[in-house]
Amino acid sequence: MCLFQSVMNYFPEEVLEHVFDFLTSHRDRNAVSLVCKSWYSVEKFSRKKVFIGNCYAVNPERLIARFPRLRSLILKGKPHFADFNLVPHDWGGHVYPWIEAMAKSRINLEELRLKRMVVSDESLKLLAKSFPNFKSLVLVSCEGFTTNGLAAIASNCKFLRELDLQENEVDDRKGHWLSCFPESCTSLVSLNFACLKGEVNAAALERLVARCRNLRSLRLNHALPLEVLQKILVQAPQLNDLGTGSFTHDPNSETFIKLKNAVKNCHSIRSLSGFLDVNGRCLPAVYPICANLTALNLSYAPGIFSNELTKLIRHCKKIERLWILDTIGDKGLGVVANTCKELQELRVFPSDLYGVGNAAVTEEGLVAISAGCPKLNSILYFCQQMTNAALITVAKNCPNFIRFRLCTLNPIVPDAATNQPLDEGFGAIVQSCKGLTRLSVSGQLTDQVFLYIGMYAEQLEMLSIAFAGDSDKGMLYVLNGCKKLKKLEIRDSPFGNMALLSDMGKYETMRSLWMSSCQVTLGACKTLAEKMPRLNVEIISENEGGAGEVEARLDDRDRVEKMYLYRTLVGPRTDAPDFVRTL
Amino acid sequence: MDSDLNLKATELRLGLPGTTDAISPPKNNKRSSPDSDSAPSPPKAQIVGWPPIRSYRKNNLAEAESGSFVKVSMDGAPYLRKIDLKVYNGYLELLEGLEKMFKLTIGEYSEREGYKGSEYAPAYEDKDGDLMLVGDVPWEMFESSCKKLRIMKASDARGLGCAV
Repeated sequence: MCLFQSVMNYFPEEVLEHVFDFLTSHRDRNAVSLVCKSWYSVEKFSRKKVFIGNCYAVNPERLIARFPRLRSLILKGKPHFADFNLVPHDWGGHVYPWIEAMAKSRINLEELRLKRMVVSDESLKLLAKSFPNFKSLVLVSCEGFTTNGLAAIASNCKFLRELDLQENEVDDRKGHWLSCFPESCTSLVSLNFACLKGEVNAAALERLVARCRNLRSLRLNHALPLEVLQKILVQAPQLNDLGTGSFTHDPNSETFIKLKNAVKNCHSIRSLSGFLDVNGRCLPAVYPICANLTALNLSYAPGIFSNELTKLIRHCKKIERLWILDTIGDKGLGVVANTCKELQELRVFPSDLYGVGNAAVTEEGLVAISAGCPKLNSILYFCQQMTNAALITVAKNCPNFIRFRLCTLNPIVPDAATNQPLDEGFGAIVQSCKGLTRLSVSGQLTDQVFLYIGMYAEQLEMLSIAFAGDSDKGMLYVLNGCKKLKKLEIRDSPFGNMALLSDMGKYETMRSLWMSSCQVTLGACKTLAEKMPRLNVEIISENEGGAGEVEARLDDRDRVEKMYLYRTLVGPRTDAPDFVRTL
Repeated sequence: MDSDLNLKATELRLGLPGTTDAISPPKNNKRSSPDSDSAPSPPKAQIVGWPPIRSYRKNNLAEAESGSFVKVSMDGAPYLRKIDLKVYNGYLELLEGLEKMFKLTIGEYSEREGYKGSEYAPAYEDKDGDLMLVGDVPWEMFESSCKKLRIMKASDARGLGCAV
């Protein structure tokens, strides 16, 4: 036993706990619990926040046994590709068992943050009733609940500070959930209901806003007209983060003039979003607050023309995070590059979803941004075309990328200038960006790009591959090279059994692997499942319902359409539907 | 209908000449070799999950874009009209509708000379705010980029008529 350790053991547990309080990162706390039994114990009982990246890696009982005093839980459910309709409905990811178990064990839950999970009204009602100190509910890309569940939360959570609904599919029963916040509720700090489709009681909202003096973040939905926004801004000039509902009105009207004045008073707004249904001529109303904006999300506003967009952006010199549609065009991105010198994160989403042929952005816009924005570290870019030369330039200009996601609208488009694969371009990115943790590649790609990724992407944690590669070698380069890989998702690529089975132990160091429309066979998946009992290897069939039949006809030599494997401490899950078979 | 306006010649398509729009998604393995002469056919929106955008975003964007009523102004007329572009299946029907509504004749479109032989020429304001001659681009593209229609006096439309 070293001197340090014996000295540390003289400290009473309270002191250790106090020291551990300064450790906020999960990784640090995990590391600390491995030091010795006493540290493990102190850390265990003092841990308040727990992050579970795959809800099926553990179960509620183990969570509660391990961290009995937890107050804040983050859970993620479905695999990422579920976002793109690759995972059948009803695959799983139900939150109810977690809430039920925590309620039974009288966990003092205060915060719950869920992503891609199925949340029933029943769960929300149980949540609302079971945790008297509950403060914060954040649901991202979830489904399964209605506004009735929200009404239960509003009615019962006396100390609710945060209700943040991001991009959920909610069945809006058009009830009066918002009116369910009692008059005594004054604790709200953050309220985001932008994803709801139905009407809310405007008067109830105005009263709620008036009495919640600590309200900092408010995001309205489409159903609320400009008049309501204007009244709210008068009541809440202290807002930091505003999501407008619809933003369309006669710019000459009295209401609009009142709105302009109300906006001028909102000196604290740093983040702006919404503009669901917008009249471009109303945009000047927000110019007065643009100078201090650090985040701007216009990605749900296809109605703003490119020139109106650029006029707005010219006012936003301090922007750090910008989400827009490709209607901005390469020229518009040039304006961003000249104006937004503090830009760190850029997302350019496609506006033309049906291939009608409207101009998108190209490699030019990306190069301009990389040249003009030295602090850029995160990008999601949907583009019409790309070139290796452009990517090489971008890599030189921006060695600080942490996240680099490029999506060509045609998934196998080659270099627009040379007709070559885009291997060299992405190779330059991984070689230059030594801190890269997340990468999505697209365009025509051979095994070569994966050689580069395996060689250079030392910090890579998440990799998304689609329609790429020539052979098993591609996947092998990645599995062998990327030591920190946690999530690998692959679709429509010619990787097969040899790659899958070459290093089976690797998957226990990762959170999950998704492979769909690849070359892996049922037999190989079975082998993997047999050799690695601490992995769940799920075969997901296309047809819900008819799965049993399809299953019976599958031979070991047949290709598996969708495979999802993940490490787990608790064996095959018990809630798998018919069309999911855990080998 | 399309051939009257000679749209096929100017139609912007990314596929190989002669192929239709119904291009099946590429099956794995065989990539087009980099040496091939033509670009691989673009799968467009037929591939499940491509481009990779959340359904939530897709649904919301689609709704936002579904407004199809556009204002129609005519030079010299005291007030504007509104029409629903979705009602028309192509340029011929649109022009017929406009002719009826404003009681005028618009004349025959040709790529070289615009609308020759009539008093009026139809123009529209597109997403970028530019004034464009009706008929140059494929109907679907026009539908989604047309913000406002303007029936101009042919004498004013001279410049637009010489579209390249």
